Amino acid sequence: MRKSLLIVLSALLVLTLATGVVGAQDNNLTIQGSSTVLPIAQKTAEVYMEKYDVNISVRGGGSGNGIAALIDGTTDIADASRFIKESEVKNAVDNGYYPVPHRVAMDGIAVVINPSNPVENLTLDQLQQIYTGEITNWSELGGADKEIVVVSRDSSSGTFEVFNEIAVGGKRVTPNALLQASNGAIKSVVSDTEGAIGYVGLGYLDDTLKAVKVNGVAPTNNTVASGEFPIARPLFMFTDRWPEGLTLRFINFVKSAEGQKIIEEQGFVPLF
Amino acid sequence: MDWKTKEKIIKYILLFFALSSIFFLTGIVIVLFREGLPIFNKIGIIDFIFGKEWYPTYDPSSYGILSLIMGSLLVTFGAMVFSVPIGLASSVFISYILPKKLKTFVKPTIELLAGIPSVIYGLFGMKILGPFLKNVFGLPTGLTALTASIMLGIMALPTIISLSEDAITSIPKRYRDASLALGGTRWETISKVILPTASSGIVTAVILGMGRAIGETMTVLMVAGGAAAMPSSFLKPVRPMTATIAAEMGEAPVGSEHYQALFGIAIILFIITLSFNILADLASRRFKKKVSGQ
Repeated sequence: MRKSLLIVLSALLVLTLATGVVGAQDNNLTIQGSSTVLPIAQKTAEVYMEKYDVNISVRGGGSGNGIAALIDGTTDIADASRFIKESEVKNAVDNGYYPVPHRVAMDGIAVVINPSNPVENLTLDQLQQIYTGEITNWSELGGADKEIVVVSRDSSSGTFEVFNEIAVGGKRVTPNALLQASNGAIKSVVSDTEGAIGYVGLGYLDDTLKAVKVNGVAPTNNTVASGEFPIARPLFMFTDRWPEGLTLRFINFVKSAEGQKIIEEQGFVPLF
Repeated sequence: MDWKTKEKIIKYILLFFALSSIFFLTGIVIVLFREGLPIFNKIGIIDFIFGKEWYPTYDPSSYGILSLIMGSLLVTFGAMVFSVPIGLASSVFISYILPKKLKTFVKPTIELLAGIPSVIYGLFGMKILGPFLKNVFGLPTGLTALTASIMLGIMALPTIISLSEDAITSIPKRYRDASLALGGTRWETISKVILPTASSGIVTAVILGMGRAIGETMTVLMVAGGAAAMPSSFLKPVRPMTATIAAEMGEAPVGSEHYQALFGIAIILFIITLSFNILADLASRRFKKKVSGQ
């Protein structure tokens, strides 16, 4: 008697678990990857969950971790602030996964100085020399005779990664640079310091900062979207094969007019 | 249930709660060392502590934290230079000169300083003290070791004043009476009798104040500037250990070398504050022995 009861109970348990899993597949979505894309994924997921009865879990951890999770099959969408590497594609295909990129937004980084600084334009070369500590006075750049206060994001941020690669050529930023932990902190330091130079996401520009032209191009949504502004990059969401079901609907939402508006509000450059 | 079992149950419940903080401490220490020790193997403990370059996310990366340690020590030293004289004078004043009525009002007010969230000290340092020092010294930036030192000094004041005031007050009244009876002036009594007797108690207060300053995170993250260069002057920005951990931990991939290195910094910091606490404990034992008349 007792034994049969046990069997029935465990059969029931297995059944509930199984239906739970099956039912979950269409309602659950996991997103993992780049911390740069994280605010986009987070905010769009929040809005999407408010509209539809689904459960989307979003995690950061970096582009590499996200793509690795996609290859392991532990995430539905991998956020990446860079394109997938050849070694990762090979690894994925060997495991039977076919990563498909979806460009969801553009990310532009504006170089900012104090509004009192007369300098208007800097070249990528000059930026590299400033950030590696070779140029230390604004007079070398056509400005006043003032020491340059180099302000940078802390080295684990995604913004730092892009800026360092494009503007500093992957070289080591001078140890005299003031490292700040957020876009907001950079804004605060640069707007308080006459000789400061820093960089922030396009969404953080306002009157307290002066954005300089880089290689003669002013940072605007248009120049970033067109690729003219040099310190910019596309942001991706990767899926395994062409997405279906909820994954497809969510990515369509991110790319819709409404999704792109959310992206713009988060300080990124929309696709259209 | 008879009273004996009840008594026993209560006893064990209290024991459990009393031990819980020890469990937490052990847990924290275990995690700290488990996550952080691997970096010492990879880099070598000497290169880690005495390396001058901190470039955790580059390829090849460098994990040298000497400039971070020096940054922490510099601002802590500066904070003590600022807060020890003020703290000592305040505590002597409160315990010997201030009328008792006012003392019951002044001491809690000073202790209130300790209750202000550190982010508020940070904001004050960033927006008011920093720009002020920048203008006074004509600096390119007001976020310097000096700014951080002054803010940390203010934050350490309540600890130093409160504990040294306790130490001075606990000196038996007969010491003072004897000195005054021998014809000593008030100043002679304070400087030759009271302060030397209270010295180990005051040392305890100062060391605990140092522990407060070196472990403070939010304020230094906001006002110290964050430059990881070797500190060369009080008027240059520095990057203390705590600020480094706080700024970088959020985005360091779990289990990576960078992550382990941040835990490695935490281990060093833990050892430094632990030794501060042990020293403070030794000094306070000496003080108790002295006052109780051996």
